[in-house]
Order: sequence, then C-alpha cells, then structure tokens
Amino acid sequence: MESQNYNYAIVRSFVVWSVVWGLVAVLVGVIVSFQMIDPDLNFPPYLTFGRLRPIHTNAGIYGWGVGVIFATFFYIVQRLCKVPLWSDKLAKFQLWFFNATIIASAVTLLMGYTTSKEYHEMEWPIDLMIIILWVAFAINIIMTIFKRKEEQMYISLWYMMAAIIGVAILFVTNSAAVPVSLFKSYSAYAGTNDANVHWWFGHNAVAMALTAPPLAMFYYFLPKSTGVPIYSHRLSIVAFWSLIFMYLWTGAHHLLWTPVPDWVQTLAMGFSVMLIAPSWGSVFNGYLSMNGQWHQMRENYLVKYLILGITFYGLQTLQGPMQAVRTFSAFIHYTDWVPAHIHMGTMGWVSMIAFASIYFLIPRIYGREVYSIPLANLQFWLILIGQLIWSISLWVAGVLQAGMWNAMNSDGSLTYTFMETMVEMYPYWWARAFGGLVYLLGLVIFIYNLYMTIGKGRPVITQNAAVAAEGGA
Amino acid sequence: MWEKKPVLLLVLATGAILVGTIITMVLPFAWVNTEADRIEGVKPYTALQQEGRDLYIREGCNNCHTQTVRPLVSDVLRYGEYSKSGEFVYDRPFLWGSKRTGPDLARLGGKYPDSWHYKHMESPRSMVPRTNMPDYGWLSANLLDPQMIQRKMETLDFPYTADEIASLEGKNEMDAIVAYLQKLGSDIPWRESAQTEIVGDLVNPYAGVDHGTLETWEELYSQNCSACHGEHMEGVIGPALIGEDYDEDVLFEIIYTGIADGGMPSFSSLGTDKVWKLVNFIKYYNQDENH
Repeated sequence: MESQNYNYAIVRSFVVWSVVWGLVAVLVGVIVSFQMIDPDLNFPPYLTFGRLRPIHTNAGIYGWGVGVIFATFFYIVQRLCKVPLWSDKLAKFQLWFFNATIIASAVTLLMGYTTSKEYHEMEWPIDLMIIILWVAFAINIIMTIFKRKEEQMYISLWYMMAAIIGVAILFVTNSAAVPVSLFKSYSAYAGTNDANVHWWFGHNAVAMALTAPPLAMFYYFLPKSTGVPIYSHRLSIVAFWSLIFMYLWTGAHHLLWTPVPDWVQTLAMGFSVMLIAPSWGSVFNGYLSMNGQWHQMRENYLVKYLILGITFYGLQTLQGPMQAVRTFSAFIHYTDWVPAHIHMGTMGWVSMIAFASIYFLIPRIYGREVYSIPLANLQFWLILIGQLIWSISLWVAGVLQAGMWNAMNSDGSLTYTFMETMVEMYPYWWARAFGGLVYLLGLVIFIYNLYMTIGKGRPVITQNAAVAAEGGA
Repeated sequence: MWEKKPVLLLVLATGAILVGTIITMVLPFAWVNTEADRIEGVKPYTALQQEGRDLYIREGCNNCHTQTVRPLVSDVLRYGEYSKSGEFVYDRPFLWGSKRTGPDLARLGGKYPDSWHYKHMESPRSMVPRTNMPDYGWLSANLLDPQMIQRKMETLDFPYTADEIASLEGKNEMDAIVAYLQKLGSDIPWRESAQTEIVGDLVNPYAGVDHGTLETWEELYSQNCSACHGEHMEGVIGPALIGEDYDEDVLFEIIYTGIADGGMPSFSSLGTDKVWKLVNFIKYYNQDENH
C-alpha cells in the first residue's frame, strides 16, 4: 500500500500544535471577555485588554487557523496527488519555525511591540518570519503538486493554490514599513491610504486564510465522510473563480462613511452583495451533495460538524453583505454586532470544519479509532450552543446600542450620552463571557478526546481495507 | 485544461486576484494624500505628540476607540465635524479602529483641559463611574527616551528642534499621551464653525419648579457635571458652582455652547430641555437646603 510512504508524522505534529494554540486563543478570549466587564481584571503593563486582545485574535488566526491549514493541507495534498510530500525536511523546519513564530508573536505583543493594524499587529521581524514560513509551505505544496501522479487536480487543490498566492500578495503588501528599531516601525502608507491598504488586507485575509482553505477542507472531507461525491463539478468551478475574483474588491466595506473615496466604498458594497452568489454556490454544492444522505446527519458525527459548518458559512456570507450595505453599516458599524459576526465565522464555520477534519484525520494518521464518539457529540453541542450564546447576545447588544446611539429628541438633540449606551452593554457582555466559557468547555473535551485516542484508542484494524474502499481522491 | 496544469492555474488565480486589487487598492493612491485632498493647516505631530501616539499604539487603545467621525447626523452631533482625508496625511499607521467600546476620539483635542485627561487616565472611574476603561496611571512612572524619539522624528521626516528634544527630558509617558489626545482633530478650526448661536430670548421653561422636581434631575448633573464640578458643586477641575450667581440665560449659554478657552465643553448635544434642567438644578437646588 502506497500510504506507507506518506508523511503522516508532520500531519500529526501540526494537528497537536494547532490545537495547543487554539486552546491559548480561546483561553485568552475568555480572559479578555471578563476584562471588558470588570476593568479591575487588567494587570498593567502586560495583562491589559489592549495588549491581550491582539494575542487572542492572532493566536486564533495564525496559531489555530493556519496551524490547521498546515496540518490538513499536508495530508490532503499527498492523498490527492498520490505522492509523498516533496520535502520532509522542509516540512520539519516549517513545524519548528511555526512554533517559534507564534511564541515570538505572543511575547512581543505582551511587551507592547505592535503595529496596531488589526490581524497584522506583529512588528516587522515577525512579519519576516511569517513570510519565510509561508514560502516554505508554498514550495512544499506546489512542488508536491508538480510531481503528482494524478493528472486531474481536485477542487481542494485549486483553493489551496489560490490561498497560497493570495495570502502572499496580501501579507507582503500590508507589511511594508520603515523600521526605527528592532521593535518599532512606521507604515509605508499614511492615513487614508494606509486604511484602504489595510482593510484590503484585512478582509481578504479572511478570504484567503479563513475561507478558501476551509472550503478546500470541506470539499475534501465531506465526500470522504459521506462516501458520495460532490454534487456538481461545474458549480464548484464557477464558485471558485467568481469567489477569488470578487473578494478582492470588497475591503473598503470595512471603511464605509470614512474618508476613503466614495467610489471605492461603492465598489466594495456592490461586490460584497455579489459575493453571495459564489459563497452560496459552495453552500448549495454541499447541501445537494447530501441528497439521499441526510440520514447521515444522525449517524455520522463528522457529517454533522461539516454540514453545520457550511451552514454557518452560508449565514456568515449573507450577514456580511448585509453589513456591507451603506445604510445598514451606518446603523450597526462600531457596535458589538460586529464581533458577533466575526465569531459566527470563526467559532461556527472555520472551527467546525477544522474539528471535523481533525476527527477524520486521527484514525488515519495515528492508526487508532477515535476514543469516544459520545464525547465528540457532546463537544459538538457545547461549541454550537456556546457560539450561539456568544453571537446572539452580542447581536442583540449591537442593535440596542446602535438604536441608542441614533435616538434623537424632538429638538434634534441626542437622547443618550455615550455612557448611557455603554452601561446597557454589561448584561450582554456577561452572556458573551458565559458563551465563551461553554465553548472553552467543548474545546477541553475535544482535547481530552484527542489525548485519550492517542494514548488509549483501539488500533484501526481495517485501515488498509478502508483506504482502498475510499479510493485515491 | 487548467485543472490539469498547475502553472496555468497559478497564473490565472494571480490574475483574478490582481484585478480587484489594482482597481480598489492601488488606484486610490492617485487621489488620496495628494493636492486633491490636501487641507491647509494640518501639521505633522510634534515630538511629544508623536511619542504619545506611539504609546496609544503600544497600549492598544485602538482596540476600543475609533478615530473617524462619519458624515452621519448622530456621529456629528455626538463627536463633532466629520473626518476628512487630508487630516490624516501624517498618520503612520492610521488609527481609525473598528469598534467603539469607548467613544470615538477623532475630535477629542481641546474638548477638555489637560487636567481632565490626567485625572481620567489615572482613574477613569473617578470621572465616569461605570466605565470599563482600565487605569493608566502607571504611565506617569515611565520617563521618555529623548534619543529614541529623535530617531523616530527623523524616520518620519517630521520637523523638530534640538530644544524640543531637550525639553522631553524629565517628561513621562502620561505627558506624551495627553499631548497626543489634545492634538486629535484640532488641525481644522471646526469648533469655531460648529459653535451654536442662540437666537431670540431664552425663557426658562422650568421657572419656579419645586425642590422635589429638582431632586429628580440630580442624576443628570452627576452624569454630566460632577466629574469636573464635584458631586456637591464644590469644584474639582472646574470651578465651584456654589455661590455662583449667573443669570439663568447666561448659565444656559455657558452649558449649551461651552467656553472654548476655559476648558468647558459644549453640552448642546444634550438638547435644550436637559440643559434647562441643569440650569435650574445648579442655580436653585442648593439654595433652600444644605446638601
């Protein structure tokens, strides 16, 4: 069996480390959610909300998100190309450099070395580390694809390649800065230009790091889990090309009503609404692939994770365009509605797909059956309910606060001072923190399940037979 | 065909990504920060202000505070004149933010006296009782590094003098951040043009109101006035209000339009009704009883 040559060791390592950083991200998230309720929980200079929040977001994106991308892509690329990884040594280097980069990021952010640019806070030396990391990853994936034995490249490989190129262009452009010292630099762009470049990066980092890669995983792991192929190849082609074409126009929807030129805002608004089509192309492709298979939602926990994940993707890509419309943005922007939107995407869509992918991988890379499926089911409900409490409470909070910000007296004056609106947020912030705790509990159960699987799981006896039955793609 | 040719796929994907990128991200450089949006009077930061800005970045203030006022009625009433592109030409990086856990700060400069900021940064809850802003008094314990600040000014190509750098000696991080906050949004004379002119006679709609009614307005006073004028009008940062004997219409005008040079902000956004309630509360609440 050819599977013996595949490098699963690197997949195992990236799974473990991504989960470690995922735990850090959620833990810090819970801490900052309590800091928002009680300012006495800030311990200056290092442990304040202002310094910890970037650690939460960057650990989530670069540690957990990108870590899972590395793990799953290294697995998927070998299987889809039917060849081992191009370079095991480069992959090994990437693993160590990945952890070094994440640790360096966390330490420097705690020290207050930050560019302040959201989701790109790390200072220039760490930007360089991230670029090296991505180049190493890109070379390994692309070289493996070049020497593949399967001529046809499956959908997942398209998304992978687009993500690799997209992230590279975005990250390098937005990193441009003039250093003053090892830990301080000034952006190469100023003011309105800087804002426009940054949100072109910010929104498309979501596209290229948190949309294309989970879609690559979804298109691979859904058919693998259900045993039936994707509904329409043609639909996946249309959705792919229109998605990567349209996304790049939409960054300025983060900057509606700001001094960014109006025509840039209008294009962003229009393309955001158009993006519903390719997004829902993938959602429908997923749903229709379940034709005659819906009973698997009951029987196969992997399918449950994947279908709920793509459902949140669908909701996310409806809510996003809605927020990108000027009138609605005028009302809701800058309120707690926005973090609720983001967290539906990260906790619902990206993480659901990531959990399913890891559960699928475990028996195949460790040769052991998942320790407890009831625990996997319990985790499913905890992260689902935790996320819903989190998002729904802040959607309500956002609408309430937006309504109060805009409320006016009959003489044209404002009804509420800023503080009168802020104090109304406390009950919702409590609810959010509680939702975060429930989610954290789900994550802890996941880690326990992984730990027990690796240590005590029953060996997979029929692995070769199962692999043969699944076929190559 | 492209499904079997990775190089072709990579080239096509790069092309697809670059179209929107060039049009919406590269093209605006032709207009933004050029003569097209230049504003006379917008000045680079001084050494102290720039250092304050870097501290604002270091402490992640932008995680909770935005710095763009949108051309929307409620934004302009609450914060002031809407933000213009030309005001940000010296901002590296931009600090517009994305979330208003606290209020927008784009027009904060000149709203309060320095002493308000020192006290508020030291202990936000002493000024705004239920705020969730952390204390930043510890900044006062850290002295500035003039050599480093000089290097920053050189990197940014901002004008500075040797005296200016020398004067940083002995100043601390709190001094710098307050200097920065006081510069925000004040390069255009928007306060003067936003000044409300009161026309016609001012008539107190609550003339002769009883003490019980006045008491219900105490909340209004403590939310808007007590941080500076004291819980019992004894005066803290602002002057004591006990013993003042302004006419009703003068008092109304002071509260409504503020005193630009005296550090008294305008409270016109409260509306005439609430301002009249404050006038009556301040003028008459303490007259009949001891508090």
